[in-house]
Amino acid sequence: MKHFFLASILAGALALPAYAADYTIIAPANPGGGWDQTARSLQTVMQQEGISGNVQVQNVPGAGGTIGLAQFASQQKGNPNALLVGGYVMVGAILTNNSPVTLKDVTPIARLTGEYEAIVVPAASEIKSMADLVAALKKDPGAVSWAGGSAGGTDHIAVGLIAKAAGVDPTKINYIAYSGGGEALAAILGSQVTAGISGYGEFESQVKAGTLRLLAVSSAERLPGIDAPTLKESGVDVVVENWRMVAAAPGLTDEQKAAVSADIEKLAKSAGWQEVLKTKGWQDTYLAGDAFNEQLAKDVSATETVLKDIGLVK
Amino acid sequence: MATFDFLLQGLLVAAQPTNLLYALIGVTLGTAVGVLPGIGPALTVALLLPVTYRLDPGGSLIMFAGIYYGGMYGGSTTSILLNTPGESSSIVTALEGNKMARAGRGGPALATAAIGSFVAGLIATLALAFIAPYIVKLALVFGPREYFALMVLAFVTVSSAFGDSTLRGLTSLFVGLTLACIGIDQLTGQARLSFGVPDLLDGIEVTTLAVAMFAIGETLYIAAQGDRGPDKVEAVKGSVWMNAADWARSWKPWLRGTVIGFPIGAMPAGGAEIGTFLSYAAEKRLTKHPEEFGNGAIEGVAGPEAANNASAAGTLVPLLTLGLPTTATAAIMLAGFQQYGLQPGPLLFATNPQLVWGLIASLLIANFMLLVLNLPLIGLWVKLLTIPKPWLYAGILLFATLGTIGANPSVFELGMLLAFGLLGYVMRVFGYPIAPVVVGLILGPLAEQQLRRALSISQGDFTVLFTSPIAAVLLVIAALALIVPLILRARGRGQVLAQLAASED
Repeated sequence: MKHFFLASILAGALALPAYAADYTIIAPANPGGGWDQTARSLQTVMQQEGISGNVQVQNVPGAGGTIGLAQFASQQKGNPNALLVGGYVMVGAILTNNSPVTLKDVTPIARLTGEYEAIVVPAASEIKSMADLVAALKKDPGAVSWAGGSAGGTDHIAVGLIAKAAGVDPTKINYIAYSGGGEALAAILGSQVTAGISGYGEFESQVKAGTLRLLAVSSAERLPGIDAPTLKESGVDVVVENWRMVAAAPGLTDEQKAAVSADIEKLAKSAGWQEVLKTKGWQDTYLAGDAFNEQLAKDVSATETVLKDIGLVK
Repeated sequence: MATFDFLLQGLLVAAQPTNLLYALIGVTLGTAVGVLPGIGPALTVALLLPVTYRLDPGGSLIMFAGIYYGGMYGGSTTSILLNTPGESSSIVTALEGNKMARAGRGGPALATAAIGSFVAGLIATLALAFIAPYIVKLALVFGPREYFALMVLAFVTVSSAFGDSTLRGLTSLFVGLTLACIGIDQLTGQARLSFGVPDLLDGIEVTTLAVAMFAIGETLYIAAQGDRGPDKVEAVKGSVWMNAADWARSWKPWLRGTVIGFPIGAMPAGGAEIGTFLSYAAEKRLTKHPEEFGNGAIEGVAGPEAANNASAAGTLVPLLTLGLPTTATAAIMLAGFQQYGLQPGPLLFATNPQLVWGLIASLLIANFMLLVLNLPLIGLWVKLLTIPKPWLYAGILLFATLGTIGANPSVFELGMLLAFGLLGYVMRVFGYPIAPVVVGLILGPLAEQQLRRALSISQGDFTVLFTSPIAAVLLVIAALALIVPLILRARGRGQVLAQLAASED
């Protein structure tokens, strides 16, 4: 009975929304994923650096973040203390799910982190370079199976862009969607598929151990400490970055928006945040204000084009 | 015997008083969240991650491992006593366990679950220490076609759990398979059966369905019976502890459950539920008391409970050797590793042996603590059943609702809980079994995805499904499991007829 009691208290504590929070961060995904980790890192650093005394994280999972987005836009309207974590995957999900609520319905504050895509093959594969892979793709697009994350996500979009840049019909690509980088990794290691594509972090330890061959990364410039050419250098003119951002509620006054932006800037420049970026292997892609809004608009229209090309969006 | 030395060293690390304290906190918290439907170990570890930022890596990972094992154990308690599975891997436990509890045998059911979990946890943790590198090679051989064959085997064997009428069982199964289609199709990203409702895009949560069907459905059923229902549930009949016959009937299922659960847990797309299904089906086939299945057979608790704890240890195989998290909890533990700048993967055993072996050793200690913590509590737990019926069922209703809201604070989720509760009630009234609905929801998407992946990789060539040796063997076993009982039944009927004829003279 003691446990029963304890458990009930715990349930109550977890179920009740916190009322004494300076900031409430909504992570529109289940615990464990990238957005959840971003939200919880924000929480830790904001408290450490004294930006906010008490930060709560709430998970609202579902549909590529669009459930969390919709709930955030409607319930937090005008609340200057609510933040939403989001990113590139959300841009794609809004389009594929035909979500009625878009990023226009919240107040994007800043891009915080980014991760580049890595293209790998099993160490035993006959494919030695990106050029080999492109040649195989040109010969028979269906025979090259790609393992990556969910359909319509960053990994899928990147494959579509690679095919297009290589002059191959993007609707012909044989993309095998897995629930995440982890499950895809097992398929790649087991040589079930031709190639794999996901964030570099998912493959890092395998590449270092020599069980996977890294063919290329999707950044504009070579990445420090990573011994692989960019896609561009390999003759495939594609740059993809899976970025993550933080947004505030809709309907804020200019002063409120400026206050949130100042807090986020302080966070992004803090030593604690830089430390988090280092341990998590995230790139610092801090971009705020009008520059971020412009980039966001560009990303949205580019994503729409490629999703139409792959045939995921009509 | 370098491995053995490392393990002894690890035990020394884990046996430090502070680490023992972390393990104790871990298993206590884990048991508590396992008991609650909806709040799983994943969320608990995520909540604790920032708290442990200042602790040393060894201590906090030991605590997380304790939560993980504790959660696997705690789920069985509510399954058995309240018919409310706290975790999806304890759904099968509810089938026989709750029947035992109602027959006054809740004590032995809880005891066989606790000891079975301990035995399985012990063996599986040792297996993790000694044969992880081999197991992981086996797991990687499993591609989409092998998984598909495994799912076919699971479907065939689990169909034995469908109760007396095959037609009713299959009807329930197809209800589950239809529910499984709801949401975004993982392979194409297109929405199916979601009718434009965004909340349905992620499909139906297994625990929501299970809690609704089992707990809410049952509560409505009991309430609808009013005073006509059976008067009193006998809380304790006979001893609270397991008797000699219980032990004799439990030890083999524990071992079989371990052997089934561990490798399936180690497979990247396995999952703890499949192991429990297969274990239940195996026990039903092998038991000497088939008439007790469906009415509270102890084997049906012992096997699946051992299987789910063994698969919890199995999950750590790909996490530690490949850096591959296969469950949400493992994913957060991975984040925990990264928090300390450790990258689990092929190099972790070489670069941080002290930590890895400390973790494995602390799993052994956590396992032992769970037994010490839980056995004395059984006497208290079974007293729950002496609560007057209206109070007990009102409590279950509250408990189920609270758990669902805790997991996902959404009105829609709550609506689904009630709607499926009604469905569960209607199915009970008309005599349709509940379990196949949940089985369909779990196995359906796995089977479909793996089949489509296999065919996509082979570009539509069906023969690929049979040309892999592992897939072929699994399919043959499935075919045998389907045909042999039919033959036996035909012959068995003959024998009965012969006996009848013989007894006439």
